Amino acid sequence: MSITINGSAAELPDDPRVSLLDYLREHRQLHGTKKGCDQGACGACTVLVDGVRILSCLALAVQYEGRSVTTIEGLSDGDGLHPVQRAFIEHDGFQCGYCTPGQICSAVGMAAEARRGVPSSVTADLSAEAIPLDHDELRERMSGNLCRCSAYNGIVAAIQEALVGAEAVR
Amino acid sequence: MNAFTYARAADVADAVRRAGAPDARYLGGGTNLVDLMRETIERPSALIDVTGLPATIEEREDGGLLIGAAARNTAVAEHRAVRSRYPMLTRAIVAGASGQIRNMATVGGNILQRTRCAYFYDHAGSRCNKRVPGQGCDAIEGLSRTHAILGASPSCVAVHPSDMCVALAALGAIVHLQGAGGGRVVPLTDLHRLPGDHPEIETVLEPGELITAVELPALPLARRSTYRKVRDRASYAFALVSVAAALEVRGDTVADVRIALGGVATKPWRAWQAEAALRGAPATEASFRAAAEAELAEARPLRDNGFKVELAARTMTAVLGELQGGGA
Repeated sequence: MSITINGSAAELPDDPRVSLLDYLREHRQLHGTKKGCDQGACGACTVLVDGVRILSCLALAVQYEGRSVTTIEGLSDGDGLHPVQRAFIEHDGFQCGYCTPGQICSAVGMAAEARRGVPSSVTADLSAEAIPLDHDELRERMSGNLCRCSAYNGIVAAIQEALVGAEAVR
Repeated sequence: MNAFTYARAADVADAVRRAGAPDARYLGGGTNLVDLMRETIERPSALIDVTGLPATIEEREDGGLLIGAAARNTAVAEHRAVRSRYPMLTRAIVAGASGQIRNMATVGGNILQRTRCAYFYDHAGSRCNKRVPGQGCDAIEGLSRTHAILGASPSCVAVHPSDMCVALAALGAIVHLQGAGGGRVVPLTDLHRLPGDHPEIETVLEPGELITAVELPALPLARRSTYRKVRDRASYAFALVSVAAALEVRGDTVADVRIALGGVATKPWRAWQAEAALRGAPATEASFRAAAEAELAEARPLRDNGFKVELAARTMTAVLGELQGGGA
């Protein structure tokens, strides 16, 4: 049983009780993905599976055999930072930093959802082909990622700059 | 988490065959079951992963849809035919959980998710008839702000938490089941049981029976439909009250209407009495309010949740008014 983690093949655990989160942190020593609540309430464990954002704490690792997981460690395509990582620094999108890897992975997955027209609960027009990510859309779509330091204004600004475009910042 | 075996079902027949094992459970996205297993509230000996079973959304010639039970919540919400023909379903799904959870959760799993009653989760400190049948219920005399006002019993007042199911109830969805003895269909409104004396038995599913698909009948009036959710936070919270509704007005009269309620009842609550009161009635705010009050006449609030009666009446009235005004 194998899985791809940040582009490299890896063996899955024999014990089906191991969550994808514990597998990443304890078996693969990828400590960027954080364990916050471990019950699907905080979003700190968000990773991308085949480009789709999920909560790794509610995922059994064995369920993801053959899939490709991207964590915060694998988000940038080289040694540098991913544009969203750079924007979080630029806009003070964190204080303690614990929620940050989940916020950033979530933002990347969220932007892809909006590009293909997935509506949110604040989307007025359900017939829209693609949905512009204004302030209210971003806040709603990122509501599954809590920040106890409440750096939300910086988080929204960073995502707007990196994923929506500077012209949308307001 | 207790030990269990894990297997992926190759097809529906394989899933149903494997479910014959004692204490076997089907596993969808895991967003509810994995959490409950970690809390040791659920202790299956075998998990049968059904996420590889059909997840297609098939458009039928009569205008209806057939949704594979393994379809993720996001896939249903974003489907073009769902957005145009059944907007209340898209709105209900995106009102629930978070983007990450909607990407994981399946349609079948959403239907079979368990209550978020805090007394059900508090296995160390509270009595719960769902967890331990016959034990008693600490929720009824406890903090009751979030509990049910409709469909409860002296054994259980726990709310069914789904948003999606409220829309499915209003739309008259048909659930397709497959068991060892064959297949059958059950209306969504008949799938969940009222708690009565046995709140631990939550659905009419037989042991090992699998939800394979959800059928949405053609329903032209659902093109003008919506879902409104009232909650403590603006996002990522369960409903205090929610309303799914579709309305067709001809002239000044209600020609047809569908209404279901969430957050207030022990199962997804089709508002049959409000619908009956409205068909043929003048399409006025007074009619909407009277219909809401007819539905809520049977409401039995507890110490802390009396506010839900008025909140549900106002939300129903407002949603019907919004639909009459052309919003959807």
